[in-house]
Amino acid sequence: MPQTIAEKILQNHTREEVRPGRIVRCRVDMVLANDITAPLAIKSFRAMGAERVFDRDRVALVCDHFTPNKDIDSAEQVKTVRQFAEAMGVTHYYEGGNVGVEHALLPEQGIVGPGDVVVGADSHTCTYGGLGAFATGMGSTDIAAAMALGETWFKVPPSIRVELYGTPQPHVSAKDYMLRLIGEIGVAGALYKALEFGGPAVEALSVEGRMTMANMAIEAGGKVGLFAVDDKTVAYARRAGRSGNQVMAPDAGAEYERVVDIHVDDMSPQVACPHLPDNVRAVDEVAGLRIDQAVIGSCTNGRIEDMRVAAAVLKGRRVADRVRCIVLPATPSIWKQALKEGLIEIFMDAGCVVGPATCGPCLGGHMGILAGGERAIATTNRNFKGRMGSLESEVYLSNPAVAAASAVVGEIVHPSHL
Amino acid sequence: MKVQGKAHVVGDHIDTDAIIPARFLVTTDPAELGAKCMEGLEADWVSRVNQNDIMVAGENFGCGSSREHAPISILGAGIPVVVAKSFARIFYRNGFNMGLVLLEVGEDIAKLRDGDQLEVDTARGAIRNLTTGEFVQCIPVPPFMQEILDAGGLVPYARQRLSA
Ligand code: SF4
Repeated sequence: MPQTIAEKILQNHTREEVRPGRIVRCRVDMVLANDITAPLAIKSFRAMGAERVFDRDRVALVCDHFTPNKDIDSAEQVKTVRQFAEAMGVTHYYEGGNVGVEHALLPEQGIVGPGDVVVGADSHTCTYGGLGAFATGMGSTDIAAAMALGETWFKVPPSIRVELYGTPQPHVSAKDYMLRLIGEIGVAGALYKALEFGGPAVEALSVEGRMTMANMAIEAGGKVGLFAVDDKTVAYARRAGRSGNQVMAPDAGAEYERVVDIHVDDMSPQVACPHLPDNVRAVDEVAGLRIDQAVIGSCTNGRIEDMRVAAAVLKGRRVADRVRCIVLPATPSIWKQALKEGLIEIFMDAGCVVGPATCGPCLGGHMGILAGGERAIATTNRNFKGRMGSLESEVYLSNPAVAAASAVVGEIVHPSHL
Repeated sequence: MKVQGKAHVVGDHIDTDAIIPARFLVTTDPAELGAKCMEGLEADWVSRVNQNDIMVAGENFGCGSSREHAPISILGAGIPVVVAKSFARIFYRNGFNMGLVLLEVGEDIAKLRDGDQLEVDTARGAIRNLTTGEFVQCIPVPPFMQEILDAGGLVPYARQRLSA
């Protein structure tokens, strides 16, 4: 039977027959948890009576959410994770100078890659779908079981095929494609389902751009957001130090529950308004709204090309008075690359706050919390009520060019109108 | 298990930041998390809840992050069952793994109103609305999930597997 990408990858990891709706047990290639979710996973792991992880090279523990530790409680959580990593001899443990936002870090280190099955105690684990990995978020106890057993179960999801056509206008990017899709199908539009992306506009995207899109599959309720593995993906994986990666595409005649076509030619930059990611408008419809903060970073848009886009807008300009523009390159190597390319200097000259590679304000953790009545524009992926601080604050989601331009004007603005 | 309690209706797309905001994620203690249950929706929401009350939710309940703190905080607030039109999938897995009973009822959700007295038979997936006399049959739990529930949750299930 012709298979979708989701079905193909799962089939490679199980002896059972993979068909939508069936529950199958699959081997996992990588199991991930972070400083918030790992402590719970460790607790469950111990309660299961497990003594060692199934494979110390196939567990990644990334302390990226509240780090550098924001208070005593978070320091205690990280301590728990560190001690566990030491006791189990976990190879991929990250904290301090080597830490980055998990979903930017693991792909760049080659820890996850094409064709893998990855489960993570973090909902944005779906990011790796941009590399052609079946990657999905689960709770800590599911992750504990996967760390102990090296396998998990999946209900094979039906797939929705999303075809993207056309060539984008300036300042329109992968983030906008994804916001548009979520606006169209809604935050429950892909509930329990796999999103599979294709078409000429997707082929033209960088692997980083595809990860930006896959990252927000969960914002449409999706289990995974998958892209075919093409030459670009294979080259990316090779650069990250992986070998033996092969191209992979869905079979002709694979069955989809639904096909959604998106034309990007006359799309303008998109903005998701409070308090749900599917409350999406064209930027001009919300232009003029005053902002107090702009955040450029996160697992959605904290990669080097995002830094370049933001720097191109900020170069030779100043962030508006009373606006805090917080830039958080998502990993140490992105940070270093931005430094080498002179981007950090551009940010500093513009009056940005450049911070460490951390999740920070994205989840209202630290390093940029909003007061009541404040409004932020952010390149992150969620704008739920209170996500970045006070319940009375507002978060608008956009691409890096729009966030940077808005920081300059102090109002939401189309970057072309600078 | 049979549960009798008052229905507390919440809306569609209730996300995990509404159930338990990130700033409270510095603990895994059910009582502490329970005291802040739904704090992201409304300050002090939990004060109206009595032991064994039932949460009734709209579409896509539990969307957002993968935090298990969300079902734990609901259990910690004394709520053993959530009935919803539909659940977000990570939350759905987490709920079962933590021992929170989740019943999906689709459009019948309209038969359950705020303040109604409900009786839920979790094994049969049957809900009786004692206030209106109406009856709701839930979508049955998939057999594999039932296996996990029968073992007493994912932790005992994995323990059995590891010692086998
Ligand atoms: S950057 Fe934000 S969305 Fe991404 S992993 Fe961190 S907290 Fe989660």
